[in-house]
Amino acid sequence: MSRGGAALSTLSRVWQTDPRRDPNPLVYTVLAIVAVAYPIWAQVSTGGQGDFLISVLADAGVYILLAIGLNVVVGFAGLLDLGYAAFFAIGAYSYAFFASNQLLTTPLGFAIHLPFWIVLLIAMFIAAGFGLVLGAPTLRLRGDYLAIVTLGFGEIVPRVFRNLADWTSGVNGISALDKPSLPFWVQGPWSGDPFAVIPDFKIINPTGFYVIMVLLLGTCIVLVNNLRRSRIGRAWMAVREDEVAAAAMGVNTVRLKLMAFAIGAAFSGFAGAFYGAKLSLVSPENFGFSVSITILVMVVLGGMGNIPGVISGGLLIYLIIFIFLPALPPLVESWAESVGLGSLIAQNGDWPGIGQEVQRLKFLIFGLILVLTMLLRPQGLIPSRAREQELTKGVQEDTTIEDVNAETTGA
Amino acid sequence: MSPGRRPEIEPNPILRVDHATKRFGGLVAVDDVSFDVQRNQVFALIGPNGAGKTTLFNSITGIFPPTSGRVIFEGQDIAGAKPHQAAALGIARTFQNIRLFEYMSALDNVRVGQHCRTHSKLWDSLFKTPRERAEEREITDRARELLAFVGIEKYAESYARNLPYGSQRRLEIARALATRPRLLLLDEPAAGFTPQEKVELMRLVEKIIRDGITVFLIEHDMKVVMGISRRIVVLDHGEKIAEGPPEEVRRNERVIEAYLGKSA
Repeated sequence: MSRGGAALSTLSRVWQTDPRRDPNPLVYTVLAIVAVAYPIWAQVSTGGQGDFLISVLADAGVYILLAIGLNVVVGFAGLLDLGYAAFFAIGAYSYAFFASNQLLTTPLGFAIHLPFWIVLLIAMFIAAGFGLVLGAPTLRLRGDYLAIVTLGFGEIVPRVFRNLADWTSGVNGISALDKPSLPFWVQGPWSGDPFAVIPDFKIINPTGFYVIMVLLLGTCIVLVNNLRRSRIGRAWMAVREDEVAAAAMGVNTVRLKLMAFAIGAAFSGFAGAFYGAKLSLVSPENFGFSVSITILVMVVLGGMGNIPGVISGGLLIYLIIFIFLPALPPLVESWAESVGLGSLIAQNGDWPGIGQEVQRLKFLIFGLILVLTMLLRPQGLIPSRAREQELTKGVQEDTTIEDVNAETTGA
Repeated sequence: MSPGRRPEIEPNPILRVDHATKRFGGLVAVDDVSFDVQRNQVFALIGPNGAGKTTLFNSITGIFPPTSGRVIFEGQDIAGAKPHQAAALGIARTFQNIRLFEYMSALDNVRVGQHCRTHSKLWDSLFKTPRERAEEREITDRARELLAFVGIEKYAESYARNLPYGSQRRLEIARALATRPRLLLLDEPAAGFTPQEKVELMRLVEKIIRDGITVFLIEHDMKVVMGISRRIVVLDHGEKIAEGPPEEVRRNERVIEAYLGKSA
């Protein structure tokens, strides 16, 4: 493979969290340093105009959080969930109901304005509750059947939000959601303001949201890692490996699968509430099937079951979809100009102009990127060791020749 | 009740299979089988291929509950209990076609076995409470002890699928023992073993019995069966055709005809 491929696999070896050991502290130290350094770099390198860059990463964080949550369901417990965006929607709408004037216009007739931090928890519990409600009747199904039921749920939820117009304002969505606030905030020279204590400080600038997102992600990564290394995490992996054997070893498989579903949903409840608060708007259009699939792609492409892999997969896919693809048409136009194909830019008869053409083809390009990545790295960018083993069955053996010799001569 | 086909009822058997029948559609895989398994000894179930031995194991452990009849474990009817409930009650098993958690380490396989004997809640796991940490240490220590008990401690960190065949069978036994069973069901534990490995397995089974665990095994190898079992039940076409001590079963006409006749 190319040098890039070799570099990637070295990187992936360093970043791989070995399921048999604790999470790699080096990886998380690097992630923490990058998370802190990024907003500083963004502001310094743009001369104080870095708000957009910071905002982008905070938005990417929503998807990373979703990918981490879906990884619990798909990567740990091995349950294929094609309707994960439904829980994301439930989290976002929970925030909309509990932190805006929306309920004023509903049959209820009064508005609820709870603080962001409280609604974060409420959204988590509501999403987890729906996880249980959906899981209870369906988790007896296996494999493909479960995937189809979750697909249905993913279609139903945004549709309910769209058609329940009395409560949700239908296609218009709910807008003017409350901003998160802190009970007080000390401002001073560090934010370019005179020194003062501000009560009930509203978080509106992207850096504030970025900090909230980093804290959320940090918390969730710690919690998910704790789970992975606990009796529950092991039981999930056992269920994923062999459900019959797991049950025979005393694992209540239905209960464990339900738990994975609810916990996965809880994370997307977090993500949904943050998303609503940052955008200040929720609309049924934002939670379609494509969102579920995007998150699933992040998990699979990043490296199922491995948290650093899922984080990098989430980041990469987010940047491709929301930054690279929109920027592609002007990029191609200027490239055409510079190689002397400027004539392609203008519209001419059936030819819409190269920028427009690329615009039309951008999801084809996205598809090609996905296909190529999966062909080159079927195990994901940074897979878990187990997943890598699975895909190289019989090629890479952990058992060394010495082990085999010891066994045959020692017997 | 058909007293003619029952052995004398001894008091307090650990397991009583009482007129168990398992039908799959029109096929009667286990046909009105009754026997008692006594505590602290090796009880063997033999019979030609397709006799219904594994189906009977599956009925006892709740994987396929019996169509009719009772399975009484320590005085409690457990027919219809779910597999994880059977495990929690104290019945552990291994599988004829090894079913390890292949992409988990040997140590983790044994740690999963302790699932039903540990109590850390979701909260403890999420926040790594001191209680959870202490329990994890206990689980790990016991898992290492069990790996040493079956003699494969050197593979603790290897993926289960990378273990040599014989060690995989031992790992399955260690994993089953981790559930702290009082009754251990072994489904053809010596299949594919060399004579040397068979001797080692017999020693291991004796060690398990000494720990106060009753062993109920399915086995094709007559040397192993005759060597360690106190009592044997013979199934043929789902029906019990004989029961008794090894020397008696060995001389039984129907058994010789159905089974030993072909191999002896």
